[in-house]
Amino acid sequence: MQDLTQEILELVRRTSTDLPPDVEAKLRASYADEEDGSAAQGALDTILKNVELARKNSTPICQDTGTPLFYVHYPEGNSTRKIKKMIQDAVVEATRLNYLRPNSVNAITGKNTGDNTGDDHYPTIHFEEVDQDQPLTIELMLKGGGCENVGAQYTLPNTEMGAGRDLAGVRKVVLDAVHQAQGRGCAPGILGVAIGGDRSSSYLASKETLLGEIGEENPNPELNAMEKQITEEANQMGVGPMGFGGKTTVLDTKIKGLHRLPASYFVSVSYMCWAYRRRKMTVKGSEVIYD
Amino acid sequence: MKKITIPISDEAIRELKVGDSVLLSGVMLTGRDAVHKWMNDTFITKKRQPVGDDLEVFEAIKPILDGGIIYHCGPVVSGVETGDYKFVAAGPTTSIREEPYQALVMEHFNIKGVIGKGGMGAKTLKGCQDTPAVYFHAIGGAASLIAQCVQKVLAVHKLDFGVPEAIWVIDVKDFLVVVTMDSHGGSQHAVVEEKSQKVLDGLIKNS
Repeated sequence: MQDLTQEILELVRRTSTDLPPDVEAKLRASYADEEDGSAAQGALDTILKNVELARKNSTPICQDTGTPLFYVHYPEGNSTRKIKKMIQDAVVEATRLNYLRPNSVNAITGKNTGDNTGDDHYPTIHFEEVDQDQPLTIELMLKGGGCENVGAQYTLPNTEMGAGRDLAGVRKVVLDAVHQAQGRGCAPGILGVAIGGDRSSSYLASKETLLGEIGEENPNPELNAMEKQITEEANQMGVGPMGFGGKTTVLDTKIKGLHRLPASYFVSVSYMCWAYRRRKMTVKGSEVIYD
Repeated sequence: MKKITIPISDEAIRELKVGDSVLLSGVMLTGRDAVHKWMNDTFITKKRQPVGDDLEVFEAIKPILDGGIIYHCGPVVSGVETGDYKFVAAGPTTSIREEPYQALVMEHFNIKGVIGKGGMGAKTLKGCQDTPAVYFHAIGGAASLIAQCVQKVLAVHKLDFGVPEAIWVIDVKDFLVVVTMDSHGGSQHAVVEEKSQKVLDGLIKNS
């Protein structure tokens, strides 16, 4: 297969330096909603200026360029081993060019590898095979440590919150996660929620929901209504941008249901910071299209 | 908006109140997880003996921290291979992870301000009253913009901690921050947390 290292490098550059339009539009709308002269509005003003500057100078929006999370859909017959190598090489080169911070630390020795090489899980690459006539697509999400640290996983029922094994219970624990996070996940955030699964598949699915656009309707009407309700109620809490207080705490909520064991009922919340960096490239023959 | 130049006097710190916007200028250090643990273990609780260049670095940073500022930041830096360092992206990191150490570190080095994001807890708030010192909140994620305030990288210590965790000595100009914890016991974070807890309780109880 063709060498796509340079094209993947460009995907990394775009993801790190150029915030997607749907996120920027939502932040601008939030700026307009906040009270004139408030700390919340000041924070959003700085955020928007930074977004413009990062795009203009091709420098990282946030210095925490996060865990590089790649989602690859490859046509039948492509070599995942070769794609993995191209991604790893592109990540090293992107680090050398300062689109990525050297972020990979050996948990046992404490040593930073310096070039974002890691292990089988770093960078994280998910592969999914598609039909031979389908294009190769690579999506990249950069998720910083601050927001990753405020993610939470609950097991229902939860006596303390009176949260049972139903959507009403899910709503309660998700709102609790927003409260626990306060401004520490770089609010305003986006909530990716998975219901069910085992501990690992649940977290995985909660992150995958974040690949969708802000404001996208959930095909399940019940979940769609709950997404809107949680966003609205989370904003009533008044945590606000950076936790300064204000109207904008959560920009959007995305929920996915999974299958679960009779014994388990997990609710996993992945919190994405306002620097909601995700980009996609599609390879059609010799042509590469970036969304 | 107030303009403050480092080093900062106790009087200037006592004048600052929660909600004040400040433009900071002068020489400061970056330091985050590895640095706080190293400071605490080597020089405060003395759990470990100084090794390698520990004492040399300690002597180098002491005068900068005395009346100075520590910035919770793990920057993206260009020129690491050549030594011609330049900050490319340099927003704040989440401060709460330094909660076990911060008050001790502030008092030990006579630090007048901590810059970070997300705020800190009761122990640090008490440290702010005793030292005295304040917590300055920078805008999380505003990394390219903040990097523009960094006029010059003067030195780097403990680069073996890795680029994000090293101690970078930087000269900044007009770094915009907001006081969210002051030396009088005021904390915007405690206020917001309490308010949001009440709303949450209401939302959960009524369903």
